[in-house]
Amino acid sequence: MILQLSFYLFSTVLVASAMMVVTVRNPVKAALFLVLAFFSAACIWMTLEAEFLSIVLILVYVGAVMVLFLFVVMMLDIDIARMREGFAKYLPVGIIVALGLIIELVVVLSGKAFQLASMPRPVGHDADYSNTKELGRLLYTDYVFPFEIAGLILLVAIIAAISLTLRRRNTKYQTPGNQVKVVKSDRLKIIKMKGQPGAES
Amino acid sequence: MNDTIQFMPVLPEIIIASMACFILVIDLYLKDSQKMISFGLTILTLIVGLVFIVSGYGQEPQLIFNGTVVVDQLSVVTKFGIVLASLLLLIYSQQYALDRKLFGGEYFVLVLLGTVGMMVLTSSSHMLTLYMGLELLSLCMYALIAMQRDSAKASEAAMKYFVLGALASGILLYGMSLFYGLTGSLQLGEISQSLASQDKQSMPLILATIFIVVGLAFKLGAVPFHMWVPDVYHGSPTSATIFIGAAPKIAAFAMVVRLLVSGFSELQIHWGDMLSLLAIASVAVGNILAIAQTNFKRMLAYSTISHMGFFLFGIVSGNEHGYGAALFYVMVYAFMSLGAFGLLMILSSKGVEVEEIEDLKGLNQTHPWLAFLMLLVMFSMAGVPPTIGFYAKLSVIQSLVSVGYYQMAIIAVLLAVIGAYYYLRIIKTVYFEDADQKRILTPQPVATFVLSTNILAVLWLMPFVGVLIDICQKAVMVLP
Repeated sequence: MILQLSFYLFSTVLVASAMMVVTVRNPVKAALFLVLAFFSAACIWMTLEAEFLSIVLILVYVGAVMVLFLFVVMMLDIDIARMREGFAKYLPVGIIVALGLIIELVVVLSGKAFQLASMPRPVGHDADYSNTKELGRLLYTDYVFPFEIAGLILLVAIIAAISLTLRRRNTKYQTPGNQVKVVKSDRLKIIKMKGQPGAES
Repeated sequence: MNDTIQFMPVLPEIIIASMACFILVIDLYLKDSQKMISFGLTILTLIVGLVFIVSGYGQEPQLIFNGTVVVDQLSVVTKFGIVLASLLLLIYSQQYALDRKLFGGEYFVLVLLGTVGMMVLTSSSHMLTLYMGLELLSLCMYALIAMQRDSAKASEAAMKYFVLGALASGILLYGMSLFYGLTGSLQLGEISQSLASQDKQSMPLILATIFIVVGLAFKLGAVPFHMWVPDVYHGSPTSATIFIGAAPKIAAFAMVVRLLVSGFSELQIHWGDMLSLLAIASVAVGNILAIAQTNFKRMLAYSTISHMGFFLFGIVSGNEHGYGAALFYVMVYAFMSLGAFGLLMILSSKGVEVEEIEDLKGLNQTHPWLAFLMLLVMFSMAGVPPTIGFYAKLSVIQSLVSVGYYQMAIIAVLLAVIGAYYYLRIIKTVYFEDADQKRILTPQPVATFVLSTNILAVLWLMPFVGVLIDICQKAVMVLP
């Protein structure tokens, strides 16, 4: 009962906040609603006994990706009025695409594979079952080789990102000590010149 | 499957990967003038890797890491080629990279990790491992191209390669996921077993095969998925082009046979036809468009496309003889292209980029030895006897004839003859045209010596051709 209630609660919040993401005017608010949507999704996963995934979703998406996202959104100067300009122009195309998607969804979801009968309720695990541990066991035994290679791929990504963006610039700077030590003879050179013939002295 | 994890069979990969990390750290503490230390370490790593690979030759095939990795004759032979190619390209590119300020720790580490990626690719028996190896290799290649940051051409090439490569990976992954859905496994052996009991004409299976073949063709640069090849070869610094152009071709061969031959052998009726179309189109487009090129690197890019088509002919013939011929062809091609790009790098000097065919005018007058090496590479690529390139082409055509694909054999020979034109044109430019201005080079002695050995191999390996083809034939015997 509580499980069902919480499912309806979280999915209502999820759908509502997802709607807000696309309808709200302010991009910062949209990003914050996206955080809420992720959070509700994580809660639903938690009720499905996928606790590892739900925590990772919060840590990675909410904690890292969305913060970056917000950061970028705040730095950008987005002109909302200009973005809304083409609304009427693109509306027909948008409606057609949306209709097409809806029809596809209906066709696929009404197929046999998605009937309730072909989706039996999965068996729940005991309280001492930890899917974090199970995932870890799988990753570090059966799939240890691809897992290690994935680590190498991340290493390559780091090396590439740093070597492509880090520039050792020849920055010009002052050394106060040297400035103080300067004497007149270092900078000033007095040259004796012959006066031009005929010029008045 | 088994409880203990065996690490020994993948020791070469482990050594190279951990040395790459070590060099990455060591390099931080070196001044620019001391980069030779990390260079030497890199060379040493690859030599040690080679020794360990050779010591694994002739052992029984082993399926390790719960069926995700296979170490067999095929992987040993291809790994040997890959590591040797990486070693040679580092030696050739030393001076070139130094002159262009590309000679740093990240260059060595990316080459080493790319080599590990290729090794993973060649010994994968699981789609996950295969994809991981492919991505490791591709990411290193993108980064190596983009490393010349001041060059707009290089950035463009890297961007193009990155976008199209990501697209190809996506297509390949889509095909893999369809196969997973249809067979319930990612392990190639299990997929093969599961396919044996399925209807070969079912629509989803054909669709999945198409996705896989398109993804592979993109990665190989086979026509009609070749658009990126000329731009990438042309735009990249030659030190990156030589990395893209040689060893990954051997890895690509391994990827194709692991996926199609050992995984989807039941679907040969489908992919055989697709590959023969790709092969004919590649040989035709590659050879004909190469004639119109004035840029040497672009010409070599089109020649790569045609060579990829040629090696696909070997796979199309669909028997052990054909696969062996294809392996031999791709190995020979990799070392010929190493020679060609190596020569280009030796001919270039500080601030002078030898890229246009015009730049090669009168090379014989100034540097007769380098001109002779160029002649040998071009003869071998064109398939003129008595070079080894001739035998490579011959064995592929033999395998086509032996299974009765006469039309394809005739097309292959005709287009190879057309292709000979542009190789011979280079020789004409080198020998019979006068230079506009004489440029005296002081090639680095070590690199020149190694390059000469590499290129002269098209002659001095001739007595051993039988042995080499035999090794290649034995290597592909492990495929079902």
